[in-house]
Amino acid sequence: MMQTIFFVFAAVAVGAAINVLVQKHVMYSALSLILMLTAVSVLFILLRADFLAVIQVIIYAGAIMVLFVFVIMLLNLPQDEDGADRLWWLKFLGIPLGLFFLFLVIATLWNVESSVDTRAGISGSAGAIGHSLFTDFLLPFEATSLLILIALMGAVVFAKKDL
Amino acid sequence: MIPVGWYLILGAVLFLIGALGFFIKRNMIALLLSIEIMLNAVNLTFVAFSVQHAQISGQVFVFFVLVVAASEAAVGLALVIAIFRNRESLNVDRSNLLKW
Repeated sequence: MMQTIFFVFAAVAVGAAINVLVQKHVMYSALSLILMLTAVSVLFILLRADFLAVIQVIIYAGAIMVLFVFVIMLLNLPQDEDGADRLWWLKFLGIPLGLFFLFLVIATLWNVESSVDTRAGISGSAGAIGHSLFTDFLLPFEATSLLILIALMGAVVFAKKDL
Repeated sequence: MIPVGWYLILGAVLFLIGALGFFIKRNMIALLLSIEIMLNAVNLTFVAFSVQHAQISGQVFVFFVLVVAASEAAVGLALVIAIFRNRESLNVDRSNLLKW
């Protein structure tokens, strides 16, 4: 049962990710990416990382992707623009090199001991993550707020027409 | 039960798709979407290793990756708006003023 769910949603994630690349218009790519994020959040639930699954849907699919879709609709992009494509041969070089990269990664992962029962693992509840966040990772957590502040100011500075 | 290795291989495949998209797409927003795919693949790997080693810190790192992804999307999309306003195009091959 668990394996069936894993395979179905892994296939959805990979298919949606490929669809992001295949689509000509960015709008369809963004919508396909939302599907991929939702499928990955189901995989998080299978790994018992409940908090991250919820966060993935709320923040990724709910906030970040809304930002993307908003900008795509704001800019009113042309359908496809690959006129000045001076490095077209990179496509044909990139695919074999990418497959070689995948081979290297999988060959490395092959040695990882993977006979661990994922059901008997830890539970990634909000309480457990919050406790770790506010004890062991307090300094990175505070630095995160600074990062968000800087990103906020940077976004305003870049997008403003005349400062 | 599902072996952890399956999640790792799925993460590797998703990362490959994201990296491939980063190199073959020329639209600036599509590049940002490819980066999101890669970040998600890494998140999946983080959670799989966190479960394997029974340590919560892997999932805390996913939280930080999420924060970085959010700020990257905000700054990146602001840059996209600024570039589109100046050039009427989002093709990365046309933004080559600093290239010789």
